[in-house]
Amino acid sequence: MAKTFEKGTGMKNARAVVLVLFSLAFAAPTFAAPDDAQIERGHKVYDKWCFPCHGTGAGKPGTDSLRARGQKPAVLEERTDLTAPVIKTFVRHGVLFMPTFRKTEISDAELDAIAAYLTRNNKP
Amino acid sequence: MRVPPGVTPRDFSDAIKQWGEAVGKEWVFTSDEDVDLYRDSYSPFWHEDEEPIPSAAVAPDGLEQVQAVVKIANAYKIPLWTISTGKNLGYGGSAPLLGGSVVLDLKRMDRILEVNEKNHYALVEPGVSYFDLYRYIQERGLKVWIDPADPGWGSLIGNAVDRGGGRTPMRDHFDAHCGMEIVLPNGEVMRTGMGALPGSKTWQQYRYGFGPYVDGMFSQSSLGVVTKMGFWLFPEPEAYLTGTIAVPRHDDLIPLVANLAYLMNSSIVLGTTSVGSPLNFVRDPALAALRAKPGGASTQELEQYAQEKNLGYWSIELPFYGPAKVVAAQWEYAKEKFSAIAGAKFQEGATRRFPLDPKEPVQFPGSVAMGVPNLSVFGVGAARSEGHVWFSPIIPMTGEAVLEAQQVFTEAYREMGLAMGPLFFLGPSSNYPRCFLVLFGFPIEHDIEKNRKNRENFKRLIQVAAEHGWGEYRTHTAFMETVMNAYSYNNHALRRFHETVKDAVDPNGILSPGKCGIWPKHLRKAQA
Repeated sequence: MAKTFEKGTGMKNARAVVLVLFSLAFAAPTFAAPDDAQIERGHKVYDKWCFPCHGTGAGKPGTDSLRARGQKPAVLEERTDLTAPVIKTFVRHGVLFMPTFRKTEISDAELDAIAAYLTRNNKP
Repeated sequence: MRVPPGVTPRDFSDAIKQWGEAVGKEWVFTSDEDVDLYRDSYSPFWHEDEEPIPSAAVAPDGLEQVQAVVKIANAYKIPLWTISTGKNLGYGGSAPLLGGSVVLDLKRMDRILEVNEKNHYALVEPGVSYFDLYRYIQERGLKVWIDPADPGWGSLIGNAVDRGGGRTPMRDHFDAHCGMEIVLPNGEVMRTGMGALPGSKTWQQYRYGFGPYVDGMFSQSSLGVVTKMGFWLFPEPEAYLTGTIAVPRHDDLIPLVANLAYLMNSSIVLGTTSVGSPLNFVRDPALAALRAKPGGASTQELEQYAQEKNLGYWSIELPFYGPAKVVAAQWEYAKEKFSAIAGAKFQEGATRRFPLDPKEPVQFPGSVAMGVPNLSVFGVGAARSEGHVWFSPIIPMTGEAVLEAQQVFTEAYREMGLAMGPLFFLGPSSNYPRCFLVLFGFPIEHDIEKNRKNRENFKRLIQVAAEHGWGEYRTHTAFMETVMNAYSYNNHALRRFHETVKDAVDPNGILSPGKCGIWPKHLRKAQA
């Protein structure tokens, strides 16, 4: 049975990687310049999937957790140092109490759009 | 590629090909990268071989596709594990109980088929979350409330069939349902209640239909795949009022809860409230020192401390929903009842009017009690949390039972070497009528030894609870077998009945094997 379900080392190692990324804060800014339509799409997907945890206002556990860890700003939409690979790693692998998100929840195309939205203010 | 237990790689390849033809290849997930997304993010088996990992996932979109997927699984005897939004975190998430099962992911089925404002009901598919239905209602300005579970990304159907609860008068989610559409293990579709009558005009209005009422057999169940479900909604009330009662002495808990039960069972209070102690929220070194004494603080010392600080020993916050005049009268009546307890103090909260002011934040702490979904529950222990599982026994709605539970679980925690104060748990809460739900959070960590110890402790608590006549209302997949073992009256007559039904309805045992400790015949011996 154990052989049948030979466990990919993928996810657990990926979670470890995520934690390392987390502890190193965020990597270098991205230089890609997504178009406005993609950013707008990303904003909508962000509002649906990310805002309830990472938004502004009281009772947003993701924002509260980032603030408790000294991440500034704690609200993801205000960041200018996130990169698409880091965003995608968090969404697909989770970190701490943030779970993974499946492709039936956030498709690869929607994830690209979220990344476009959250990196819109990055400086080249 | 991972392969389900008891299935040949060749059969599995054939099934995957056929599923691809039925739902579209892009909705059949077989790569480790994609399938790993279905692992339980809060698994108590992190880094252990025991973690049940799926072999694949298939995501149909529509009734006919679900039927096709189930028929193919049945032909090849492939175990399926059904999820709706898959966010049942703390109870198993999107992962199966039996490793190698194929996850039947219904998230794409997210249609809101009807919201009826005149008779206050909705008909939805399993992928519809509380956030989705709330948004739909708000966008149309409909005068109905949903009753969200604490995590707003949960599925109305998933949570209801898992018998989850909320906070408003519609808080018992399975009880609030009316009518189901179910795909049976042979792929046949069945509708329950009035839905069995072709052209019925009352599927979401009269729940029983004709003949034996079977809906309950599809809750916490492995007998079918629910593809549609009706829910009764609460008419948007004019007002929401809360009133807090604090009582000064330890023994006041008895009349406090007796009055609460009277008000709830008389339908004067209809919503979730929790019995708590204001002392739980005090951060005072003097109180900490009192509690840290050998043997802990005595009841008299705590009563005296509470009196000196002008705090209650116990308190409850009552929610009232309805016309402003009515909720004010209900609160007045409640105060009259509780005034029989010497020293009882009352504090009235702000009355909220609906619809909420558009300037209000979209989601805010406490909004769930006003029908507005949020995710603030994940803030519990968030500072260091990597997840949690819940131990959640049901106890009687009496003060005596609360005190007994406190004493029993404090002792159990002490024996297990776990820290817990004298007023320890979240709740007890009235998420369900006529009883209290008590919740104990167990942390999940990426530490094998700690998780093993936590699992042992969790199982010990199940046993301790059962010895005192308390059973869990729901549990993580890791503990389903243990909990079902505790429901053992007359040599496990209930489980044996479930097994008889399972064998008749699902002879190949393809749907959610092991769910709630009910195994199909071919796997039963191995699990015994």
